[in-house]
Amino acid sequence: MLRLLLRRLGVLLGAAVALTFVVFWLTNLPPNLERIARSEAGTRISEAEVAGWLERNGYGRPLLVRYGEWLGVLPGWVGMDGDGNPRGRCLRAGDGAGRDAGPESGPESGPESGPESGPEPAEAPARCGLLQGDWGWSRVFQAEVRDVVARGLGHTAKLMAWVLVVMVPSALLLGVLAGMREGSGLDRALSGVAVLTAATPEYVSGVVLVAVFASSATGLRWFNGSATSAMEDATLANFTLPVLTIALYGMGYVARMTRAAMAEVMTAPYIRAARLKGLSFRQVVLRHALRNALIAPFTVVMLQIPWLLNGVVIVETLFNYKGFGWTLVEAAGNNDIDLLLGVSVVSVVVVLLTQMASDLGYALLNPRIRLGRG
Amino acid sequence: MTPPEPLTWTGAAGAVLDPALALAVAGFVLALGLRGAARLGLRVGGAERAVRVAGGLLAAAILAYGVAGVVLPWGMAGIVGAMARQLLPVWVAMGVVLIFSYAWRSKLGLYGRMIGSPIGRIGFGLVLFWALTALAAGALGLVAPHDPLSVVSGLRNAPPGAPVPGVAAPGPGSHYLLGGDALARDVFSRVVQGSWIVAQVAPLATALGVAAGVLLGLPAGYHGGRVDAALSFLANLVLAFPVILLFYLLVTPEILATGLPTALAAGIFAVPPVLVALLAWSRLRTEPGRALAVLGPVLAGMGWLYLSAVGEAGGRLDLLGRLDLFDLPPGLLAVFVSVAFVNAPTVFRLVRGLTLDLRTRDYVAAAQTRGESSWHVMLWEILPNARGPLIVDGCLRIGYTTILLGTLGFFGLGLPPESPDWGSTINAGRRLLSVHPHPAVVPAVALLSLVLGLNLLADALREESLKD
Repeated sequence: MLRLLLRRLGVLLGAAVALTFVVFWLTNLPPNLERIARSEAGTRISEAEVAGWLERNGYGRPLLVRYGEWLGVLPGWVGMDGDGNPRGRCLRAGDGAGRDAGPESGPESGPESGPESGPEPAEAPARCGLLQGDWGWSRVFQAEVRDVVARGLGHTAKLMAWVLVVMVPSALLLGVLAGMREGSGLDRALSGVAVLTAATPEYVSGVVLVAVFASSATGLRWFNGSATSAMEDATLANFTLPVLTIALYGMGYVARMTRAAMAEVMTAPYIRAARLKGLSFRQVVLRHALRNALIAPFTVVMLQIPWLLNGVVIVETLFNYKGFGWTLVEAAGNNDIDLLLGVSVVSVVVVLLTQMASDLGYALLNPRIRLGRG
Repeated sequence: MTPPEPLTWTGAAGAVLDPALALAVAGFVLALGLRGAARLGLRVGGAERAVRVAGGLLAAAILAYGVAGVVLPWGMAGIVGAMARQLLPVWVAMGVVLIFSYAWRSKLGLYGRMIGSPIGRIGFGLVLFWALTALAAGALGLVAPHDPLSVVSGLRNAPPGAPVPGVAAPGPGSHYLLGGDALARDVFSRVVQGSWIVAQVAPLATALGVAAGVLLGLPAGYHGGRVDAALSFLANLVLAFPVILLFYLLVTPEILATGLPTALAAGIFAVPPVLVALLAWSRLRTEPGRALAVLGPVLAGMGWLYLSAVGEAGGRLDLLGRLDLFDLPPGLLAVFVSVAFVNAPTVFRLVRGLTLDLRTRDYVAAAQTRGESSWHVMLWEILPNARGPLIVDGCLRIGYTTILLGTLGFFGLGLPPESPDWGSTINAGRRLLSVHPHPAVVPAVALLSLVLGLNLLADALREESLKD
């Protein structure tokens, strides 16, 4: 078990490094950097000035070196700005004055973008990257990436918690009820509901739900079409629609899996034995079938979490709920490289962890899978 | 002459048809209740027949709206009737296909049996409806009464059935059947034209992803070992990449400027020609003359299409010059690439698993003993026997790709914002959702019905292929 766990962790680390490198590479392609230079140092600067700005701000060195610095395994770059003041990745916080006030910065350069005080050049750490807890500076939100990501994750955690609370029990109930007597009217009706919800992506169900329950067109104004106020104070009115929208899409899939597993279990010999023993149908289902039927849905629910991430991004955009998905859209739309990298790291790690948890959980729950030699 | 009145949903004919429909629905529900009672053990005679008769009446009542729309003068049967009249070519073609398929279903193999099951009929009907609508509207220019981009002043966010100012005679083009959007364009025409974009992009992008998954999954499952380990690791990497992040990283204007999507497209678009070449060569290896005769023209044609798709005017891959058949905008190329990227690893895992299972079969051992090449065994022995799950998965996958395309449109990525595809339309309509829901709801329902149809079709296919 330990060896399997260690090996899986190794693969996971490798995958995380590879994926973050891909994201780093894609976000650091020349046009993206040029856009940053233009937005930081003025839109009308020439090609040569762009190159100079990039050189001065540490973007001129090889990609791998910069990736190492961002990760925190290589020492951060150090250099001089136009006035001879030292500047560098790890001094970023402290050189506020030197950052924007280069000779090329035009009148349209924005206000100061860095916290007031930072380490002196001599005391600054050599390495400052992800591993040291320095995730960089978000240009859009004018705050530490770590704080922005943490705030977004907090809001999204609240949303996800409610989604899981709504989705998992109802999906399992739907699936168990449908799979209990395969082919019955109840089965067909519930399967129909499951197919319908699985065919409705979040942006469709969200739009339809808002149009029905939150618009002046139908007159039913039961809920709010925006969830912005739910960040502080979630109520039935402002949180129902976003939660329902995400839960509906995942519910269909989980319910179908549960139904298939339940239907298979119900044909197993030990169920017939239990019936022949004279147990009631209810007892057979609750005592004998349920536990074995829930093995498969467990992994499905875990694997569903990365998919929920998609839904989260869509729903948070649709309902203007400023969580993790909304942060992702803002970062990507505004070319906020550091923030986008931070968001990517979190989402990649979440996906990889849920994949591993689903594998391990399956192995733990299912006695037919032998652990050890992997 | 007075300008046309605004249309109501069912018009003058509704005075007769609406009560009839209500009666039919009530009768159907009653019959269903009777059948339920009969199943529970009550003695109710003829419940099954009652359900069938009531169902027939209900279908007739629904059909009457369409017939009224076609037969009565324009506008008498309201919005529903007018839409039914606009879609007349689709109904005719659909009727022909369905009647002939149903009549000959015993001779049509899996397709025929799928038509035989009610779920299969519903799913196939929905998919066929959108496919034919796309063809009629996009290729033949029949269904849409207005240009999807033309703007009529005064019809901004107009309600469904609003008359177009300045048009005197009632007829096609005198009303915005499903209202106007925020830029005063006809919602009905846009949805219908949008189906053409979806019908072109979704199956092609899915096919690319499936081809890549097959091409990599077969050797991974068949050879195993290091090939398998390396390819599986890669597939898991792509799977671990959040889809939306991939879209945002691949389909932004800055990335398009680097030419990276075009380079990736050059790789992914090469997969189908390679697959075809492998198919033909592994089969005809022993007869080089025939192989050349078959492969030459096919590959030349595919190569031409390939270079037309990948090469853009003035780009590095613009080898054809004036012979370039069509130019795909770089945004669309990036859409193809990202959707194929998302689909390929899942197909890879499916094909790999099927191959692992099938490679132990006797016919594979027989082919190996005959001395066939490994590609022959993979493509001509294993792949045909894996077709059942692949067809079912393909159906589901086209639906999933449609959802992905909608997602791209929803975030305003890839296609231009004025494009009438459903995702972009939903994105444009969601800003005024709580005041004017119709511009967003109509494409949303369209997308939902297509994906639902594909899912039902896949369900029916799975059930029928399991009966073998």
